[in-house]
Amino acid sequence: MATSIIELDKVECGYGEHTVLKDISFTVDEPGYICVIGPNGVGKSTLIRVITGLIDVKSGTVRINDKPLSDYSRKEQARIIGYVPVMSSDFNIMSVLDTVLIGRYVRQKWRTTQADIDVAYKALRAMEIEGLANKRFNELSAGQRQKVSLARGLIQEPQILMLDEPTANLDVRHQIYVSSFLKELASRTSMTVFTVSHDLNLAAKYADTVVVMKKPGILYGIGTPKEMITKEMIEEVYEVDCDITDDRGTPHVVLQEVLGREEYRTAI
Amino acid sequence: MNGGTSITKQAVDEWLHGEYPELEEDLEEYHRFNHLKYIFIVACVIVAILTAGYALSIGEYNISFLQTYELLWQHLTGSVPEDMSIQDYVVWTLRSPRVLGGLFAGAALSVGGVMMQGLLKNPLADTYTTGISSGASLGATLAICAGFTVIAGQYSLVINAFLFSLIPMAVILSVSKLKSASVTTIIMAGIAVMYLFNAVTSLLKIWAESAALSAVFEWSVGDLTGLKWEEVAVMGMVVIPGLIILYLMSEKLNAMTMGDEQARSLGINVETFRLVSLLTTSLVTAAVVCFTGLIGFIGLVCPHIVRMFIGSDNRLLLPASAAFGAAFLLICDVIGRVIIAPSTLQVGIITSFIGGPVFLYLIIKQRRTGW
Repeated sequence: MATSIIELDKVECGYGEHTVLKDISFTVDEPGYICVIGPNGVGKSTLIRVITGLIDVKSGTVRINDKPLSDYSRKEQARIIGYVPVMSSDFNIMSVLDTVLIGRYVRQKWRTTQADIDVAYKALRAMEIEGLANKRFNELSAGQRQKVSLARGLIQEPQILMLDEPTANLDVRHQIYVSSFLKELASRTSMTVFTVSHDLNLAAKYADTVVVMKKPGILYGIGTPKEMITKEMIEEVYEVDCDITDDRGTPHVVLQEVLGREEYRTAI
Repeated sequence: MNGGTSITKQAVDEWLHGEYPELEEDLEEYHRFNHLKYIFIVACVIVAILTAGYALSIGEYNISFLQTYELLWQHLTGSVPEDMSIQDYVVWTLRSPRVLGGLFAGAALSVGGVMMQGLLKNPLADTYTTGISSGASLGATLAICAGFTVIAGQYSLVINAFLFSLIPMAVILSVSKLKSASVTTIIMAGIAVMYLFNAVTSLLKIWAESAALSAVFEWSVGDLTGLKWEEVAVMGMVVIPGLIILYLMSEKLNAMTMGDEQARSLGINVETFRLVSLLTTSLVTAAVVCFTGLIGFIGLVCPHIVRMFIGSDNRLLLPASAAFGAAFLLICDVIGRVIIAPSTLQVGIITSFIGGPVFLYLIIKQRRTGW
């Protein structure tokens, strides 16, 4: 039995010469819904990419189920970790169902079977978009595409599902639906759902664990929403004044004024 | 508990354990469309076979349409009657290489187009995007105008065209390797190499004698005339395994359409896949172009026409494009042979003459080209 699902040990990584994440260390021991928050440019998406194995670490180690990520083959990685980016390709002109079936690539042997098609359809139903099955992907709205991508991630049936801003293009009803679905799924299976979000209240309401990143690409802290989503954190990390109220046991953020313009400006 | 939570509880229940009685009914349209795709492929194959029979029957020595199949069968089973030896010679030795070469060329160029458009995520990409045409042209022009050939002998022109057509690809792959192969890098490197090669070709043409110039021009307009069995055999030895390899990669090509990162996250080695598929596509195209010259349009537009009928799932798009491209090229060749008989028009001219308007019509009618 693995003692930790995801473990980052002094991870430093970036693109070319540019280092984005510096000295990141944290551990996820239990399956659940994990949400990474933080301002633009602190490396939230980079964090997801490095855990997924899409970019290499410059130093430090990423371990999945106690084993260094680099020790897994690409196929093994793909069976354990699913990844859904925030943007989807405009060049995908396949039908929605065929697009979702791509997620099955890591599970199927040679040809797509009827069982694969049935699972893909179930995933579309889970995302409430089964009516789009025969539509072309590039004809969908941004929100619909996002749900198709989520369905594709679901049928991969990974142990860890990495989602970069899964609710970014969704209306409020679908933001709540998707967040609630993922939370429910994580709580009833051994799946770890690891997301990035800009919505502090969604993170507060649905996440079991919140990872807070701050400039310049360092970890502010990791803990429960109650521990992490505080007035002090928002003032320090986002430089925004706010009030925190209690919403049935979870913190609710009421944003107020922007603080410290000069300090917050991106250094040239 | 609020309503949203109970709805999602039910949705997760369904996802984890759900059986849907209406599933079959809901998927009916998807399956029906899939069956139509297979029907389209079979229809293209039938059209190709019928056109092949007709192409074998026409010419100065007239042989009936049905007799051609009979003669082919008799030849393959070694049971050609004595009194049919002339007809057998005409069908088997004179006309079959042209027909088979046409089928290979059409399938290869069309599949090459699908691969390039899919790999480079560009609807304007075709088999020549990576500079194969400019390379082959330079190779042929060097042989014809400057007398420079890599190997001497009967096939010096063909070998020149083949080898030179692969040089732009080698340059592109080297550049890509240096600069982590992005799609834009490949397209831009292809354009740069193409301009460079075209400049050298133009220079050679300016210095060339008029007879050589005419020969270069004739080579550059794709043609199936005069193909011999040994040439078609070489073409087939590259095209058949090449197309099989590309077909086996069609599932990965589907994943690539979602973007490099998603493909990578599905366990695909994106750089290796791109390298192998570009190399295979180039080899297959070069094996055709060196024997036929430049046949335009097929690689660019056949994939789009097929997409209009069967969609963009590469697992079916590849075989469908192969069948459609083969049938289309052969039909164009037949038209070129009958339209101003007894003279013939090169197939490269016919493909563009027919394909252009047909494609325009389909774009206007369907208002979407698949992209």
